[in-house]
This record gives sequence, C-alpha cells and structure tokens, in this order.
Amino acid sequence: MKPEYKIISNLIEKDAKVLDVGCDDGTLMEFLKKNKNVNIRGIEISKEKVQTCIAKGLTVIEGNAEFDLKQFPNDSFDYVVLGQTLQAFINPEIVIKELLRVGNRAIVTIPNFGHWKVRLNLLFKGTMPITNSLPHDWYNTPNIHMCTIKDFVGFSKIINFKIFKSLALINENVSDINKSNLIFKNLFGELGIFLIEK
Amino acid sequence: MNIKQNIKTLIVEKPLKLDCGQTINNFPLAYETYGSLNNEKDNAILVFHALTGDQFVTGINPVTKKDGWWSYAVGSGKSIDTDKYFVICANVIGGCMGSFGPSHENPKTKKIYGTNFPVITINDMVNAQINLLDFFGIKKLFSVVGGSMGGMQVLQFISNYPDKAKTAIPIACTSSHSAQNIAFNELGRQAIAADHNWSDGDYNSKNVVPDKGLAVARMAAHITYLSKKGLQEKFGRKLQERDDLKFGFDADFQIESYLRYQGSVFVDRFDANSYLYITRAMDYFDLVKQFNGNLSNAFKNTKAKFFIISFTSDWLYPTQENKDIVIALNAVGANVGFVEIESDKGHDSFLLNVPDFLKALKNFLDKSYAEKLS
Repeated sequence: MKPEYKIISNLIEKDAKVLDVGCDDGTLMEFLKKNKNVNIRGIEISKEKVQTCIAKGLTVIEGNAEFDLKQFPNDSFDYVVLGQTLQAFINPEIVIKELLRVGNRAIVTIPNFGHWKVRLNLLFKGTMPITNSLPHDWYNTPNIHMCTIKDFVGFSKIINFKIFKSLALINENVSDINKSNLIFKNLFGELGIFLIEK
Repeated sequence: MNIKQNIKTLIVEKPLKLDCGQTINNFPLAYETYGSLNNEKDNAILVFHALTGDQFVTGINPVTKKDGWWSYAVGSGKSIDTDKYFVICANVIGGCMGSFGPSHENPKTKKIYGTNFPVITINDMVNAQINLLDFFGIKKLFSVVGGSMGGMQVLQFISNYPDKAKTAIPIACTSSHSAQNIAFNELGRQAIAADHNWSDGDYNSKNVVPDKGLAVARMAAHITYLSKKGLQEKFGRKLQERDDLKFGFDADFQIESYLRYQGSVFVDRFDANSYLYITRAMDYFDLVKQFNGNLSNAFKNTKAKFFIISFTSDWLYPTQENKDIVIALNAVGANVGFVEIESDKGHDSFLLNVPDFLKALKNFLDKSYAEKLS
C-alpha cells in the first residue's frame, strides 16, 4: 500500500461519498471502505485492473477520466480522489475543473518534479530524470505534464481553485506546506497532497 | 418426441394487459430451474434469454438434445453457480418452447394463432415473468441477468419493478433498438415472408413450414453475431471439401457451408412466426422513449447494484450503446460498474467461452452475494 493512502484517508470524513479516479487495483478504495465506511466508486482505464477491482467486490467503471467524468452530474460526490495521475492527462486544467464539478472537494496527489533528486539527475547526468517515483524513460513515460509542488500551488491561482490543505510526503513522513516553507518542501517533498475546493 | 413432457409450465391466471391493448389471461409460461432455493429465499437469479434462446439455460436441452444456450456461464461451479444460486429462466411469451406464442391454438377459433397472435413487447415479456416470483414465493431476486434481448429484459425489469432485484446485469445490449438493428431484423422477417410456405403465417393449417425463409433469416442474423476478424480467422477463404472452385453455386467456401448448416439446424427447433414476433418486440424496444427521452428516469427509483458488460468486437450492440446505459445510471447516482471485455467473437461473445467475461460475471455475483445487499 502506498504511504499516502493513510494521509488521504485522514482527509476524508466518515460515510462520505467518494470517487477514486484512476483507482488502479482498488487498494485505496478498499482501504477507505474499511477505515471510513465510505460509499466509493472508481474509474479505471485498464481492463485488467477493472477485473481486479471486480474480484474485490468494488464498483468500478472502465473509462478514461478525461472523457468519462462528463457523465456524472454536478456535486455527485463529497470527495473525488486523483492519485498521481494529473501529469498523465492531455489537459490537466479540464481534469481539475471536472473533479471540482463532480465533487465538492478533490484530493489530488502529484509526484514532485521539483524534488532534489530529480533536479540533480538532470543537472549532472543531463538526461531526463529517472527516480523511484518516476521510473520511465522520456520516450515511454505516460507523464506528459510533470509539475512541481510549487507549480501546482501556482496553478491554483491561474485556474482559480482553493487549496484547502497542502501536505508534503518526505520519507514517509507527512508535513504541512505553507507559504514560508514552500521552497523547502518543493525541494524535499517526494509527493504533494492537496485537498482542493472550487 | 413429446415436447410437453419435458416442459414445466406455470399457468398465469392473472390478466396481463399487453402494450398492444389486448389482455391475456390463463396463459402458459414455460420455465426451468437449476439449483435450489435456500430457506431465506435470497439466492434466486432470474435469467432472461435472447432472441432464439429458451428456458433450457444449461445442461442438455431435453427437447433439442443439445447443450443449453448458456452452458459456459451457468452450472455447478460456473459463473452463475447452481451450487449456490437458484436459477430460473422462462421462455418469453411469443416464443416457441411452451410459453404462450403464435404456435398455440386460439381457444375461441380452435385454430393456431399464427399472425393473429397479439404483437408482444419486451415490457409484456417481463410483466409475464414477474409472476414467477409469486409462484416461488420470492420477495426479491438476488439478480436479474441477460445478454442481448435478455439484457433488454433486465433493463425493463428494473424499470418496472425497481425493488424486486438486488443486482442487475445487462450484457451486450442497448436501451433502444437502432435503425441498423431494426434493418437486420426486417431482413429476417422479409426472408420468412418471401417463403411461399409461410402463407401469411398460416402454414400450420397447411402442414408445411417456411423452412427456407427461416433458414435465410437465421443465416443473415448469424453474420451479425460474429465479427469480421473472427470470421476471417475461422474461415478466411478456405474451401469446403474441395481443392478448387467449382464454378457454380454450391457451397464452395467453408463460410457458406457453415451458414447453410446454421440455417438448417435452426429450422428444426424454431417457429417462423415466433421469429417474427420476437424480432418485432426487440424493434419496438425503446426505453429512452418510454421515459420521454430521459433514460435515467427508468432507473431513478432503484437501489439495485448494476454491472454492465460489453464486448470490443460486438458491432450489433456496440460498447457505446452499453455505455449510454452506464451514463444514464450515473446521472441518477445509481450503483453501477462497467467493463468492456476484449474478445474477437463478436456479439456472440456472451454465449461463448470468453474467460475474462466469465470471470467478471462470477466475481461480481459472488462478491455481491457475500455483501448481503438489502
């Protein structure tokens, strides 16, 4: 189980209605069901992973978040979770807006491209960075819109959404991100976790 | 062969008002069951058959002596596990395996109905079958399941009886028959009507059958159940028991021979007028129109958990049409899962050995049953 799952769970109220966008094999869905008794649905693009979810008794729709969120009416969910996939979308702006349309709140996690290892990798090797959280080569990566924690904070101002809570994950420890430590968290945070609102 | 001996029949006494305006009562509904109903009566699954199916879902069909049409999916230890669930399937009204249909005698005229049989709809079929619940003392089914026309019945069932099933599995179907669907059905009907023996539906009194026309109808329909890729891989341009073309109109190609065979075996087990009536019921099916253009309203009162399944190579009821049902369900916040199964076996995939499909069906049912849904 990914270390951020516990953090995501802490951000979600009990009995809430939740949509997990890009729910993968349903590990987070199961965890949230057990911990928070949530009413949870998932969307997943991979047929194989949808099958895994069905085998776990989870309600999952095979689909692409970029096109298939359209089908949900406004405010269908209390929370919409988007785990480490924002960077893989053709149009992240539309995706964020869709998340906040179908959900009252969204939890978005992003692998931080501003992490010092990524920066050093590019600086010294001169090639596209490959790290534990970014294991792909430049030519086969699904990640076409990488961003940093700082970028995401800036994005909130550009496309106008509120960041209700922002957290950084450093060596499996979680800490708050605020204005004064943003530069530091952007250098050491492996993952940014954001609770956002319209 | 005495067909009646092998057929269980419920005589439905309650009047049923058909969509065409006529009312029927005391009509036979032929059914079969598999497995056993538990004491809580919470393990019943109502399976709906497709156009040419019947109540003999699995095992050896006692009338045709062939495997039941859903033998891959239903049986001991299978996706719809008869060790666990009580499976009920009825022959649709309008059919020809014992349920009230055009080959029955009109008690008033003492003649076979033929085309004087009332036109029936998917709605009528479902309203006839609901009587089975009372008959077995089942308050709520664990599931309603069906592919193709069976899937249409699932949708109609939930819409008519939103609290009578805990789960619903419409497979490879649509909420509204498309122009292409109607076109292929019309082709089949015209093939039957063009057979001289059909005699405007009155062939029974003349002791003949429009077997040529019915066979052509089946051949045309059979093509729509397969995919181009599947056909190409199985038959390609392979020749039938010959080394070269014969420069004539015999079945030179294996695909020709295969289709002729499919047509010929079909006429032995199916009534031509039933084929007309059932295809008509499918063509009339338009759940979107029934709910004034908003399919979501068909499902707004149900708490049933849906699982919708489509197949990549099904061009008769393509994925998008199945997805439209998912979208309508999501619009009213229904509990719905969806998967498109990769298969090159076309629309027929749901009847065949497609492991990913059979696995998904089993997992959904077994996990949902363990959840003890209310």
